Amino acid sequence: MQRRHFLNALALGAGILLPVGRSAWALSGPAADPTGRKLIVVMLRGAVDGLNVVAPVGDANYARLRPTIGLGAPGMDGGALDLDGYFGLHPALADLQPLWRARKLAFVHASGSPDATRSHFDAQDYMESATPGRKSTPDGWMNRLVAALPGPQSPSRLLGIGPVLPRILSGQAAAVNLPNVAGAARADLLDRPAVKAAFDELYAGHPRFGRAYADGRAAHREVMDALESHEMQVADRGAPLPNGFPDDAARLAGLMRNDPKIQLAFVALGGWDTHANQGAATGQLANRLAPLGQGLAVLAERLGPLFDDTVVVVMSEFGRTAHENGNGGTDHGHGNVMWVMGGKVRGGKVYGDWEGVGDAQLNEGRDLPVTTDFRSVLAQISEEHLMLGDKRLERVFPAMPQKRASFRLIGA
Amino acid sequence: MIQRASLALLTAALMATGLAPAAPPSAAPLPAQAAPLDAQGQALHVLNRLAFGPRPGDVERVANMGVQRWIDEQLHPETIPLPPDLTARLAALDTVNRSAGDSLAEFIELRREVRMDDEGAKQRRRQTEMRVARQAAEARLLRAVESPRQLEEVMVDFWYNHFNVFAGKGIDRALVTSYERDAIRPYALGSFRALLGATAKHPAMLFYLDNVVSSTPRPDSKGKARGLNENYARELMELHTLGADGGYTQRDVTELARMLTGWTFDQKRLARADETFRFDAGRHDRGSKTWLGREIAPTGQQEGEYALDVLAVHPSTAHHVSFQLAQYFVSDDPPPALVDRMAATWMASQGDIRAVLATLFASREFMSAGAAGAKFKTPYQFVVSAVRASGAPVANVMPLVNTMNQLGMPLYGCQTPDGYKNTQDAWLNPDALTRRIAFATALAGGKLPLAVPPVDARPAMAAMAPNMAGSDALPPPVPAEPTPAAPKPVAAPAPVDPARLQATLAGSISPRTQAIVQRNPDNLRAAMLLGSPDFMQR
Repeated sequence: MQRRHFLNALALGAGILLPVGRSAWALSGPAADPTGRKLIVVMLRGAVDGLNVVAPVGDANYARLRPTIGLGAPGMDGGALDLDGYFGLHPALADLQPLWRARKLAFVHASGSPDATRSHFDAQDYMESATPGRKSTPDGWMNRLVAALPGPQSPSRLLGIGPVLPRILSGQAAAVNLPNVAGAARADLLDRPAVKAAFDELYAGHPRFGRAYADGRAAHREVMDALESHEMQVADRGAPLPNGFPDDAARLAGLMRNDPKIQLAFVALGGWDTHANQGAATGQLANRLAPLGQGLAVLAERLGPLFDDTVVVVMSEFGRTAHENGNGGTDHGHGNVMWVMGGKVRGGKVYGDWEGVGDAQLNEGRDLPVTTDFRSVLAQISEEHLMLGDKRLERVFPAMPQKRASFRLIGA
Repeated sequence: MIQRASLALLTAALMATGLAPAAPPSAAPLPAQAAPLDAQGQALHVLNRLAFGPRPGDVERVANMGVQRWIDEQLHPETIPLPPDLTARLAALDTVNRSAGDSLAEFIELRREVRMDDEGAKQRRRQTEMRVARQAAEARLLRAVESPRQLEEVMVDFWYNHFNVFAGKGIDRALVTSYERDAIRPYALGSFRALLGATAKHPAMLFYLDNVVSSTPRPDSKGKARGLNENYARELMELHTLGADGGYTQRDVTELARMLTGWTFDQKRLARADETFRFDAGRHDRGSKTWLGREIAPTGQQEGEYALDVLAVHPSTAHHVSFQLAQYFVSDDPPPALVDRMAATWMASQGDIRAVLATLFASREFMSAGAAGAKFKTPYQFVVSAVRASGAPVANVMPLVNTMNQLGMPLYGCQTPDGYKNTQDAWLNPDALTRRIAFATALAGGKLPLAVPPVDARPAMAAMAPNMAGSDALPPPVPAEPTPAAPKPVAAPAPVDPARLQATLAGSISPRTQAIVQRNPDNLRAAMLLGSPDFMQR
């Protein structure tokens, strides 16, 4: 406990050391600038193997459970990267080490949904609706969140990167999607006046599609303006990035810096359902983690001063079996690890009530228990970072049994 | 602003009457008192549901023939002759017509050459994979656009998604063509048990959901541990049969996985002798099992066959699959009474797909005015129906493939085993409308290179760009528009004639849309019809 207090003090100290200009802007906070505090959610669809992301290499059971896919101890060839003497980070995530050392990155282990389902599709649904066990919830929690936050609503305030609008973003409030940020910079056919006039009239006030059409056009204009600005060229500096997440992360950062109306953003990445041959320090899982780590590091860097007002959450529908299966993979499990990063995150720590991976500690003898409800993490971020009031919090995360996590993720 | 305000008022008014669905973008609600459709309305409706929309002259033809007779004919596709031209074009697609073994043999050989660092092997492999993928897309889309056996094509789309296999996973690149041809298409209107068995034993599925490696725990010859893999057993119950709420436990998943151990194939024997399935007794868990409350005595391969027998006619399966069919054919929230009647037919007919569909098509709920137009088209349905309505001849499917990639629905590219959804929630979004309108405008203007015969070396193939999670972000970038170094088109691209298009679509275009289209210049009218709100739905 003393160690924790010591870390808190350090984190506070780090905040004080920020340049004065930055602090002044940050202090102006939500009242002056209702969309100034940002949240980016990255969802790993398919259930990432959290026990190989933040691996309990300090628990002797870990190597026993995972004889071929387990990560070696820090210092070994291909070993995990030491986090706190007990947990180790997957070596493919080396790009995140500087953020960890700067205490801008934290993890919440043995976290997840209290619902016991091991169906990807039901579990993702629950994580997106934030109502585990209840399939009839019509909207996603990020949509309810944007509606509950003070300040003017605009279509681009809630933004998804991807060709479709996922459940987490759907609901009464406007939300838009960009298939990829690069493509959004291009003028489209509907920028031609005659074509625009024709289709505007067809869709104006149309009860079924009018809103989606209008939101799409409004966001398109806004994004075009932002991307054409001089600052975007500045933010785009640096070496070209590989296609996929790192490139999109960089562009998303530039877009958010240039379009202050964007407040909540969502990205989903797939390919985590590693039932066979997932590899250890190298292999399938490592190949998926590396661009994710690189992208998150790029995101932090390219957000620049805005990183200080941003929280990034990485989550996945459930974890995987603690035992490796017969094929060098892992099957569907329960508890997982959430990643939380941002300028004001009290990072450099693995949070959560951790019980170890001994046989007696495992849920149903096969996977991690959930000791922290994912909603309590999201609720804390909404409350302490986005300054969502108590009453409104209940609207975003209704009927949440575990209201408070046992730790504080967000610093001053 | 005024427009937005009035929209908000409208939404508020709808909410007050209890009609507005809770989550916009929203499905059009079904009126409580569903009126029957008139004759032309019925013809159009069945063309939108049992087919991928009308081609020029179709509505009149179906109305003249009689809607019921047309439905009966569609339920028996073997009675409908295929046009010789289509048959000849399909026959010319060599990779589509060869065995799974030959396809895999080529894939393995190319992989071996790449390993040996053979100069140019990588490029050869890429070209071959592109060619295989292009031909698969061509076979699927040519049929969807031109086959008169439209219901069969609709059911191939439905069942492929129900039993989805992602073509981007390893050797499945070489196997999905055979999977669709040998495991899906022959059973699309037949016995569900036969369909289930064919998918269960196809190497594409065995590989995709890892049953190929599942085994009773034992060290193999190399001393490497082998053991149970739950992946297929879980999805078999959750997605293919019972449904997530179908009443099974984690224990049932594990026990079913044990029953299915040994259901596998051997890559070498497949490549050499086209042996697509084998039961490997050495991998089979010989212990007794308890599954779904039943004691399972050890009987080797028969345990798995028995499981499929049970699952195929389980009441949960009857309900789960009937619900999905009703959702595909009627509305996003299908009437429960209809689903119950379909499930009853399922049970009475032992899972006869044709009989269940006949119950569906004969229902009042299906043929109600409220059902017409209630479904939002998926990208696949939008693209195929637009080409059908335009009457444009298709020699090159790449513009269609690319459009589906951009819309987040790459063909054979759904990474997750649940397949693509067909609901409005999944596909209506601000960006999608803009892209659909752009496609409609290019098609209407004769600007898509549909008539340019495909060239194998063309670099535009992005069919394997995965949609990583059904609703995932960030597929690898897709070439903006195909810009082939042009071979001569078979026919000069021609703009679509708006009057003819209007006649083809007949009653599906509202008077309001027609009036707005008429006020606009002639060169925009066809684009407006194909990009109209009316054409987004079916």
